[in-house]
Amino acid sequence: MPEIKVKNHRVIKHPILSEDAPCDVSIFVDGKEIPAKAGEPIAAALLASDIHIFRQTAKKGYPRGIFCGIGRCTDCVMTVDGQPNVRTCVTPVRAGMKVETQIGLGRWAE
Amino acid sequence: MRKVQAIVIGAGPAGLAACIEIAKAGGKAVLIDENAKPGGQLFKQIHKFFGSREHRAGVRGYDIGSQLLKETEELGVEVFLDSPVYGLFQDPQGIMVSYMHEGQEKALLGEKVILATGAAENALTFPGSTLPGVMGAGCAQTMINVNRVLPGKKVIMVGSGNVGLIVSYQLMQAGADVAALIEAAPSIGGYGVHAGKIRRAGVPILVGHTIKRAMGKDQVEAVEIVALDEGFQEIPGTGQVMACDTVCIAVGLTPLTELAWLAGCEFTFIPSLGGHIPIHDENMATTVPGLYVAGDIAGAEEASTAMEEGRLAGIAAAEALGLYDEITAAPLKGSVWTRMDALRTGPFGQKRFDAKAQMLETAKGGKE
Amino acid sequence: MKDEIRFTGIPSAGDLAAIPGIAGEERFEKGAVAVIECVQEIPCNPCEKACPFGAITVGQPITSLPVLDEEKCTGCGACLAKCPGLAIFRVHKNYTEDTALVEFPFEYLPLPQEGDTVACGGRDGNYVCDGKILKINQSKAFDGTTLVAVAVPKEHYMTVRTICRKKEANL
Ligand code: SF4
Ligand code: SF4
Ligand code: FES
Repeated sequence: MPEIKVKNHRVIKHPILSEDAPCDVSIFVDGKEIPAKAGEPIAAALLASDIHIFRQTAKKGYPRGIFCGIGRCTDCVMTVDGQPNVRTCVTPVRAGMKVETQIGLGRWAE
Repeated sequence: MRKVQAIVIGAGPAGLAACIEIAKAGGKAVLIDENAKPGGQLFKQIHKFFGSREHRAGVRGYDIGSQLLKETEELGVEVFLDSPVYGLFQDPQGIMVSYMHEGQEKALLGEKVILATGAAENALTFPGSTLPGVMGAGCAQTMINVNRVLPGKKVIMVGSGNVGLIVSYQLMQAGADVAALIEAAPSIGGYGVHAGKIRRAGVPILVGHTIKRAMGKDQVEAVEIVALDEGFQEIPGTGQVMACDTVCIAVGLTPLTELAWLAGCEFTFIPSLGGHIPIHDENMATTVPGLYVAGDIAGAEEASTAMEEGRLAGIAAAEALGLYDEITAAPLKGSVWTRMDALRTGPFGQKRFDAKAQMLETAKGGKE
Repeated sequence: MKDEIRFTGIPSAGDLAAIPGIAGEERFEKGAVAVIECVQEIPCNPCEKACPFGAITVGQPITSLPVLDEEKCTGCGACLAKCPGLAIFRVHKNYTEDTALVEFPFEYLPLPQEGDTVACGGRDGNYVCDGKILKINQSKAFDGTTLVAVAVPKEHYMTVRTICRKKEANL
């Protein structure tokens, strides 16, 4: 029997690394609840739930996702808890966070 | 303002090694990093390192990272995390370093400052290169090895340097499939042993090929690749479409030099080291008094050379601070140089060896 | 020559014939031996110290190719998991009358079990023949690297270098 190694894109069992810890919190992405691990970058939680479109460009509405993963390119910015332009690749998950796909430059929550 | 003997900016392999050397010499070093965790890119390196066995060859990257962190801790190096540095100002007493921490502006004065800010991955532009699913190879590596998340299941890797080869291997270890690795040059850039690993896992390596476009509506679904002639021009009629959900770009690194520009360093342009790099001498000292560089900012190489450069800068800074006399420092620096030269020999190292030698000449020229 | 490792990622027959890490034909007849398929001058030498019998020499400079002393090599296999290039194999040509043993590092999941019959591949990962898993060795000293030993038809002792990785087996 082959071992089940990848669950929801999470690499649980690995030939070199020890078994990964399970998700311990949830966050809300455009209102939908997804599992996450406290402290992991928001972008990781999104990719783990097969969410790849993080925002749409201002003029043409082109989709963008993660690119550099180190906080430099700003391709991955989303609106987090009402604050636009948050780099999800370097911003850690907190339980209950509200993450929204950002349209253009985003808007501050009222 | 608080004044310390040395401030090291960047807590990757070079910065950690530099702090360790300064602390060993009896100096007080403060390490500043913009990230939440120290270690730079070491903790995503899950493969066994090359190099000399006296210097941890055969040990996995993350274990080297843990060893360095343990040493800095034991030596009492003070570490400021989540602290992006935004300014360097020359001061009669040294260099003032301004940084942000928790939304507040802070500053620290260092008699000596070592920049170990590393490098960033180069991007590649082609139609569709902005589609979600196209990402830096290092980004994918962080996702699988640190965050333990697969960015996709079927990957095309672009670039055959050691990064492209190693990340391809690690993507498969994490459970993904690598459909192909493509390389525009006529031959593979990285080590044959790394290439051999992914070939044994059935991954084709297509040299003399490039990515023409990525296709997909909201996300990458396929790429078109084409063969190139010796002049890097597309050979008509060679296009082929390959299905994938992820394209990883591994086409080299560019040193992160903003702070060196801000400080007023003189630069030189050396393509084989990643482009513009601050001119530095055999002590890793830049043209700005009291300012040193180490690691990828001084020319993009590998973690093993970055650690050696960090040691060298640390020893040199300690000497300049009067913690070592010349007689003590000389053999310490000499042994670092011997190891560094060894890492820069052979068909893969010679170019970097020559580039660094040329750099030292430039540095000397500037002083006369 | 476009079949060299720098073009293909696979050491060619020519590459392998030119290096000092592979024993002569006669040595293979006499018993298990290390096969060091390290063909480029890279800065690396952990294999040298890994051998308890002093059968591997890299020397100076550190980029020199590893030299195998085929008389000193006992075929113990201690060097395999120490090579960061995963470039050392253990080969016992006359394992039985009609099978050879080939042992190699394997760092993927899933792992087969001892006794399984599995597809064995060559340096390009392509299927060569079926083989029987003799041993799965996960010693702690290997630091995560697993050594897999297979028995294959004798004529494949210098072609089989892996078991075929199961693609997308776990997704
Ligand atoms: S197989 Fe054993 S004896 Fe032979 S080279 Fe390797 S470690 Fe040395
Ligand atoms: S340890 Fe492996 S890669 Fe390194 S020199 Fe020895 S055989 Fe070559
Ligand atoms: S992916 Fe580049 S800033 Fe987040």
